[in-house]
Amino acid sequence: MTDALLQVQGLTRYFDVSKPWLNRVIERSEKQFLTATADVSFEIKRGETFALVGESGSGKSTIAKMIVALLEPSAGTIRFDGQTMNFQSSAAMRALRRRFQMIFQDPFASLNPRWHVGDIIAEPIRTFGLLRGAAVMREVGRLLDIVGLSSADAGKFPHEFSGGQRQRIAIARALSSKPEFIVCDEPTSALDVSVQAQILNLMRDLQDEFGLTYLLISHDLSVVRHMSNRIGVLYLGRLVEVADGKKLFTEPQHPYSRMLLDAVPDLALSGRRRAQVQGEIPNPISPPPGCAFHPRCPLAFDRCRAEVPQPTPPPGGEAACFALGRSG
Amino acid sequence: MAEPLLSVRDLVVEFPTRRGTLRAIDRVSFDLKEGEVLGMVGESGAGKSITGAAIIGLIEPPGRIAGGEVRLRGERIDNLPPDRMRRVRGRRIGKVFQDPLTSLNPLYTVARQLTETIRTHLDVNEKEARRRAIALLDRVGIPAAARRIDDYPHHFSGGMRQRVVIALALCAEPELVIADEPTTALDVSVQAQIIDVLKEICAERGAAVMLITHDMGVIAETADRVAVLYAGRLAEIGPVRDVIKEAEHPYTAGLMGSIPTLTQTSDRLVQIPGSMPRLNAIPTGCAFNPRCTKVFDRCRVERPDPIDRGSGRQVACWLYDRAEARHD
Repeated sequence: MTDALLQVQGLTRYFDVSKPWLNRVIERSEKQFLTATADVSFEIKRGETFALVGESGSGKSTIAKMIVALLEPSAGTIRFDGQTMNFQSSAAMRALRRRFQMIFQDPFASLNPRWHVGDIIAEPIRTFGLLRGAAVMREVGRLLDIVGLSSADAGKFPHEFSGGQRQRIAIARALSSKPEFIVCDEPTSALDVSVQAQILNLMRDLQDEFGLTYLLISHDLSVVRHMSNRIGVLYLGRLVEVADGKKLFTEPQHPYSRMLLDAVPDLALSGRRRAQVQGEIPNPISPPPGCAFHPRCPLAFDRCRAEVPQPTPPPGGEAACFALGRSG
Repeated sequence: MAEPLLSVRDLVVEFPTRRGTLRAIDRVSFDLKEGEVLGMVGESGAGKSITGAAIIGLIEPPGRIAGGEVRLRGERIDNLPPDRMRRVRGRRIGKVFQDPLTSLNPLYTVARQLTETIRTHLDVNEKEARRRAIALLDRVGIPAAARRIDDYPHHFSGGMRQRVVIALALCAEPELVIADEPTTALDVSVQAQIIDVLKEICAERGAAVMLITHDMGVIAETADRVAVLYAGRLAEIGPVRDVIKEAEHPYTAGLMGSIPTLTQTSDRLVQIPGSMPRLNAIPTGCAFNPRCTKVFDRCRVERPDPIDRGSGRQVACWLYDRAEARHD
């Protein structure tokens, strides 16, 4: 048995964004595809928190959805605990599905407003037939307790809770099928900072207690730094750098990672003069040729405009950049 | 001392509802000096945006200013009739809204929106208005402004649109710009650009800025002074460096500790227990008392008013009252 719980290999997903058939015929336009993720490979070890960061449109959430099997990859494989996910076989997927869960960004949209909190949390238990009868509600009470709510809350509706409390309910629901792996897609970006701190602390406690493995998706670099063992940086659907937790912040390799770090407002009031960030993320329907970052990159040279760089291992991680190989 | 540009005294904003009147802003006072950048922070529901809306006279009925006064260069503007307020709004106070998608009219070209605003407030002809609009777009960093001015808002990316909104807020040369979460809808790399533009251009034109945001990092890098709101009341106000480095109000201190930073070394975030009270259940005494770690009897009974702490700093907390010195 390897210690990698999740292995992602060459994961790619296209979306067809063509105009309707008739328009295409009349206007003689081609089919159009948007590449949301291209050739993404990484591993998540058991018990660690792996984070994916990137700006909007970088493909973070698409990867998350493919990993929890809500979306089928166009190419590439996902191996969970040594088993390749087979999107065709629903029986095999069902057995795997119990073992990974997801926490969504918006706790106002992810809980059914017409269901009691107890039923929301009990649903995975009943679906997977883990317990029956009165034991189900006892388990629900225990889960509510674990996430810092009270077992009496099971009879209430989601609207009776604040944003932070709802996110706790979402976490209890995710825990109820006793998963090993939880994908957290921007779990705190809809919350205020003081509540965010509560949820992040809770997530860490649960990880220690149940030995959970997290995939954390976030655009907030300071949250990612606080939570993760390893970090992958995405740009326009490609993984540009994978680095060990704090190392990304002390020695960022890829020019995009450096730019991203420079752009974060500084609470420490160090008065550092940050480099002016250039340009914006290009349209993913027509990404620039070669390295997608080259139009904004200060280090770009001819090769970057022609070839797509592959991840190469500099000390302490991986970065996909031609400039790094060139005499530092 | 020179007269402040903007002076808000004991501002009260109320919203009548079926279940009684809600006080969204409860006796908030602060000044804004000429050319100054005042940050206004707080969690959602703290009343940041309502304060901005009250100053510019855009409280949605049935909400109303129920007390206090707002003065712009000594002249009261909170009780102006609508047609006179319209001449203040846009002309003397500009506003940058959070969402650049909804604050521009999608049916008009950028040129039309800008020239219309310029001609409404300034006595110039169409040609001159257009010349000014192009110069302004160029200044906020829109490439090929002379050509792009005839585009519609949907032709611009989110960051570019927010630049247009900033140009729109500044086109009548206001003395004060209220920027309500100007970068919340944007990615970090673009956020840094927009903040820089806003700060530079306002400094150039001598416009003061009231920057409303929940992001302390943005405040730390941008503002001269910061006001912290909690449940519609002013908790603390003072120079940015002092408030961030040595927060005096227990709420501010908790808020600072709960923000993960790029340099922190501790494993756990400070968490403030509970969440901000709803407006219909604000505790008596200090609004923060149920969550405060330094609470004592007086906090539960009497509401603290801002206490002067020297060097332009005020803290609304009984800990800093002379009579309570023995509690320290």
